[in-house]
Amino acid sequence: MKQLQEQVGRNPEGDNLIIRTSVRLLVPFIQLYGLYVIVHGHYSPGGGFQGGVVLGASFILLALAYDLKTSLRFMSERVNNLLGNLGVLIFVGIALLCALLGGLFLDYAALERLIPLGAEEWHSLGIFLVELGVGLAVMSIMASLFWDLASGGDMEEGL
Amino acid sequence: MKVFALLATLATGIVLLYGTRDFAPWGDPNSPANSHLSRVYIERAVEETHVPNLVTAILGDYRGYDTMFETVVIYCAGLAVVSVLRRSRS
Repeated sequence: MKQLQEQVGRNPEGDNLIIRTSVRLLVPFIQLYGLYVIVHGHYSPGGGFQGGVVLGASFILLALAYDLKTSLRFMSERVNNLLGNLGVLIFVGIALLCALLGGLFLDYAALERLIPLGAEEWHSLGIFLVELGVGLAVMSIMASLFWDLASGGDMEEGL
Repeated sequence: MKVFALLATLATGIVLLYGTRDFAPWGDPNSPANSHLSRVYIERAVEETHVPNLVTAILGDYRGYDTMFETVVIYCAGLAVVSVLRRSRS
């Protein structure tokens, strides 16, 4: 065990060419799958929470296989925070918009007055927009939870 | 103090367990939830929302408040972790 620790200490990069290459190849597909789970929630199991977790896990995987800085290069902290806030704002904003347009809070049929598509179609579209907001928020919070907990808050060095 | 906490926990647990005695049996088709609400969802969800997945229709539309505050709870958790742990380099 001690020998192993010394080995890792001498070579902090580690001999993990296989892990790095496979993660580099897998991450785009994981992110595509996360988007698929979000937008296909209408027809199959899935939705904002599940898809958001898959998207967030792709950044965590990058941080684990490479290091924290690499995952921050793919998704900067500022953009991440922006997306998280935007996600919750989309959800609450659509709900408020429904109320402002004369319907009830979260009654998507009221959006009909903005663009006439039919009440049922607006219910469907409203659910989609709301799930998108949930996905963005969950993705950003998953990633930022990992970054903050793994680096102790200074974003210098992770696990 | 610890004994008091234990007694309070036990008392609450016993009250909660006693409350479960009045629950309808699991999956009972004649329970109020299954005989009124579920039928309405199953019959109307697709024509009212045009969403074939019933779970998404209920989660995103009929139970919109629930989903919204779930998101807000997760958001608050993230906000708390970031505001406690995050510190700048200076």
